[in-house]
Amino acid sequence: MELSVTVNGTGHVSEVEARTLLVYYLRDELGLTGTNVGCDTSSCGACTVHVNGESVKSCTMLAVQADGQEVTTIEGLAPSSDELHPMQESFQNNHGLQCGYCTPGMVMAACSLLDENPAPTEDEVREGLEGNLCRCTGYHNIVKAVLACSGQDVS
Amino acid sequence: MIPAAFDYKKAGSSEEAVALIVEHGDEAKFLAGGHSLIPMMKLRLAVPSVLVDIAGVEDLSYIDDRGDHIAIGALTKHRSLETSDLLIAECPLLAHVASKVGDPQVRHRGTLGGSLAHSDPASDLPAAVLALGGSLIAEGPNGQREIGVADFFTGYFESALSDDEMLTEVRVPKAPGASWSYQKFNRRAQDWAIVGVAAVEVQGAAQIALVNMGSTPLRAEAVEAALAGGASAAEAAEAAADGTDAPTDLNASPEYRDHLARVLTKRALEASGIS
Repeated sequence: MELSVTVNGTGHVSEVEARTLLVYYLRDELGLTGTNVGCDTSSCGACTVHVNGESVKSCTMLAVQADGQEVTTIEGLAPSSDELHPMQESFQNNHGLQCGYCTPGMVMAACSLLDENPAPTEDEVREGLEGNLCRCTGYHNIVKAVLACSGQDVS
Repeated sequence: MIPAAFDYKKAGSSEEAVALIVEHGDEAKFLAGGHSLIPMMKLRLAVPSVLVDIAGVEDLSYIDDRGDHIAIGALTKHRSLETSDLLIAECPLLAHVASKVGDPQVRHRGTLGGSLAHSDPASDLPAAVLALGGSLIAEGPNGQREIGVADFFTGYFESALSDDEMLTEVRVPKAPGASWSYQKFNRRAQDWAIVGVAAVEVQGAAQIALVNMGSTPLRAEAVEAALAGGASAAEAAEAAADGTDAPTDLNASPEYRDHLARVLTKRALEASGIS
């Protein structure tokens, strides 16, 4: 199948098997290994990317379903190679990670959450991230990072 | 986990989608958001040889005011249901239940029509639509037909849709200001309900549907009859498991599910004030 997709602002035309999952297309074909495969069963959210600006689990989407659409991965978030996206910076400042495996998915889910709800309460952040699991259980600082990124005082 | 190989066809219209399904027979499946089908294909529990992708079918994503009811296009995503001002005003139960499906990523992809056609008795939206009443529109090679929601769910992952029919629209009655409640019990965030109860008052009558208490979503007819006969919420809720056939799995025994159905029905009636 021919797939034509924009990833992080760059157009790609690739030949893929129809059964190729989006996450494996991103990782294996495009070499964008920032997106992790965690549970591979739509539970953990480590593979979260944006499709047309909305968070999705790329292990539960066929690459061909992204045909003609815009995909953003963690690599496409920062404005340049020596600058972080505000959400990445907030995760860094608030130590919103431990082992880091869930972090790309958490950051992508968090950006989508703030797009939909720019000033969420703590409860709304926790519920808004329910599709992302941190097995280090480092949720407290992740929530803090998201709240701080939305401009709220977390001191 | 990778699905077994299949041929992928993209439909640009509902006519084209139905023609493709007719051409490829019962080995073909429609693909909408894919959030029920793709996980099953990865586990090889579903092995369709052809997928007909209908996500690009124009004009099947809408939420329209049609006077006495709301018409919802089958490809409307859960997130759109959750955030629809029209639905929140006229049919708040459905908007709320949509917000309880899976997690935000799932709601960005999953569709109402996909969830209903998949007919998983553990899913939230089938029970919500069953509680509300209303009907579903199916399009097949011989045109359209309307199926009452009470006749739609026919068995475990089975619906009244025939192999060559596509679900195109869901119609739910308006119930502005009606009392309603949805009680979903699960142990993990984003999980399916171990048991769920959707309750809504339609024209003065309590309509209650149960999630995961049998091979299909079920109306709690004994509870509805008890309430109509003047029973209190607590008394009526005692009948919540009557006539059900709760499944057993890793999460719960049938006896525990029966207990949950009674407790959650009582909570739903008390939270909504339905009597």
